[in-house]
Amino acid sequence: MSWCCTYNPLPLYSRLQVTDFSCSWQLKNAQKMLLSLGKKPEKKKQFYRFQTPSKVVAYYRLKTPPYKLDALEPYMSKRTLEMHWEEHHRAYVEGLNKQLANDDILYGYTMDELVKVTYNNGNPLPEFNNAAQVWNHDFFWESMQPGGGEMPELGVLQQIEKDFGSYTNFKEKFTESAFTVFGSGWIWLVLKREERQLAIIKTSNAITPLVWDDIPIICLDMWEHAYYLDYKNDREKYVNTFMNHLISWNVAMERMARAEAFVNLGEPKIPIA
Amino acid sequence: MALRSLVTRKNLPSAFKAATGLGQLRGLQTFSLPDLPYDYGALEPAISGEIMQLHHQKHHQTYITNYNKALEQLNDAIEKGDSAAVVKLQSAIKFNGGGHVNHSIFWKNLAPVREGGGELPHGSLGWAIDADFGSLEKLIQLMNAEGAALQGSGWVWLALDKELKKLVVETTANQDPLVTKGPTLVPLLGIDVWEHAYYLQYKNVRPDYLKNIWKVMNWKYASEVYAKECPSS
Repeated sequence: MSWCCTYNPLPLYSRLQVTDFSCSWQLKNAQKMLLSLGKKPEKKKQFYRFQTPSKVVAYYRLKTPPYKLDALEPYMSKRTLEMHWEEHHRAYVEGLNKQLANDDILYGYTMDELVKVTYNNGNPLPEFNNAAQVWNHDFFWESMQPGGGEMPELGVLQQIEKDFGSYTNFKEKFTESAFTVFGSGWIWLVLKREERQLAIIKTSNAITPLVWDDIPIICLDMWEHAYYLDYKNDREKYVNTFMNHLISWNVAMERMARAEAFVNLGEPKIPIA
Repeated sequence: MALRSLVTRKNLPSAFKAATGLGQLRGLQTFSLPDLPYDYGALEPAISGEIMQLHHQKHHQTYITNYNKALEQLNDAIEKGDSAAVVKLQSAIKFNGGGHVNHSIFWKNLAPVREGGGELPHGSLGWAIDADFGSLEKLIQLMNAEGAALQGSGWVWLALDKELKKLVVETTANQDPLVTKGPTLVPLLGIDVWEHAYYLQYKNVRPDYLKNIWKVMNWKYASEVYAKECPSS
C-alpha cells in the first residue's frame, strides 16, 4: 500500500512512479524525502498507519540508474556517480517536489509532459529548470551502460550511415559539437520529427530537444560537474571515453524502435502476397 | 640609396611587412597568461591550491589560446572579406575573449589574507555600498543569493554604473563580460560561479563557496577602481 495515497486524494497513476514501498531502499529514500521536507519520520511502522492529514506529498521520485554506481569504472568513477546522482540529480528532484507543492496547476503530468508544459514555448516557468534536469539526467543514466561504446548495429547503424555518411563521420561531428558547447549544456543525438532524420543538437543549461517535439536518442551531460572529478578540464578525454566505452547503443536501438512508431523513417515494407 | 633600389613598387608591401616583422599588415596582438600576484596555495582554505592551479594554468590558458586562435581566424576573414566567417567567429570571440577578460579581473579581485584579502572596504567605496545597498552584509547577502540562483555557468558582479554613479549587482551567463549587460558598467568585483571554480573543494555546495570567498576578497582593488571612476571631489 503506497503511503502517499493515504494522504493524497488525487489519483495514483498521474504522477507517482513508485507504487510499492515495501522495498527498504525506497523506504529509506522516502525517509530522506520527508526529512528534506521538514518532517521527522518517527518510526518505520508509522508510515503504514493512517495519521492526521500531513502535508507530506511526493510528486516525482529519483530513479536509480540501471546499473550499480561503480559499474562504469574506470570511465566514470563511483565518486562521480555518487556526487552526480545522489547530490545533483536528487537536488533537482527535491527542488521540483518543493516547487510543485506550491502550485496545483502543474499536478498530474507525466515527466515528459511536465517538461514541455513548463517550457511554456520559450518563456520557461520556474519549475522548468528542475523538471528538465530531472528528465535529462534520467535519460543520461539510461544512455550509458557498463561495457558500452563500440559500434551501433542494424537499424541504428543504417540510419546513422544514411544521415551522416558513416559512423566515423557521425562520431567526429558528435565530439566536435560536444567541444563547442559553451558553458553548461548537453549534447544530443535526436531524431527530428519534421525532417525524419537523425541530427546532433547542442543545448544549454537544462534545455532538452523534447521541447521542440523531437525524439532524443542519446545524450551526454556537458555540465562541468559531470566530468570534473574524473577528468578535470580535459573535456576531450571525457567525450572520447563516452563514445568509446560508455554509450549504450542497445538503449539507442530501443529508443529508435519506439520512435519509429511516431516517425515514418522509410518506405513501408508491404509484404507481397 | 641601395635600399631604395631594392624596394620596388611591387615589393613594397612585402618588404614593409618583413621590415616591421609583422605577419599581417594589421599588427595582430596575441595575448598571454598573466601571472598571479600570489602563490596558488595562498588563498587556502577559502579556495584550494589545486583549484587555483587548474583554474589559472588550464582554464584561463585555454581561453587565451582559443582567443588568440579566433582572433587570427577573424583577421584572415576580414582580410579576405569573408563576412560570413567574420560573423560566425563572433561567438567564439565573445566566449574566449570574455573568459580572458573576466578571469584577468578575477585574479586581481582575490588576495591572500596576509595581503589584505577579506579586509572590509573603507573610504568612498564603503560609503557608496552603504548608500546603495544599506550595508556591506546586505550586499554580500544579495551577491550570494544571485550567485547561488544562477543556473548553469556564469559570473556575479559588483559593478559601478558610470553614468548613474550607482553601484549595482549584475549576473552574466557563461563568459559574457560585464559590458554585455550595459556599456556603462565597470566591474569592481566579480565572482566566478562556473563549477570549475569550486567543484573540487566544495562539490555541489555553491553557497559555501560563495560564503567563503569573501574571506579572500581584495576590496583594495575594488576601492581603487571605484576611486578612479568616481573621484571624490
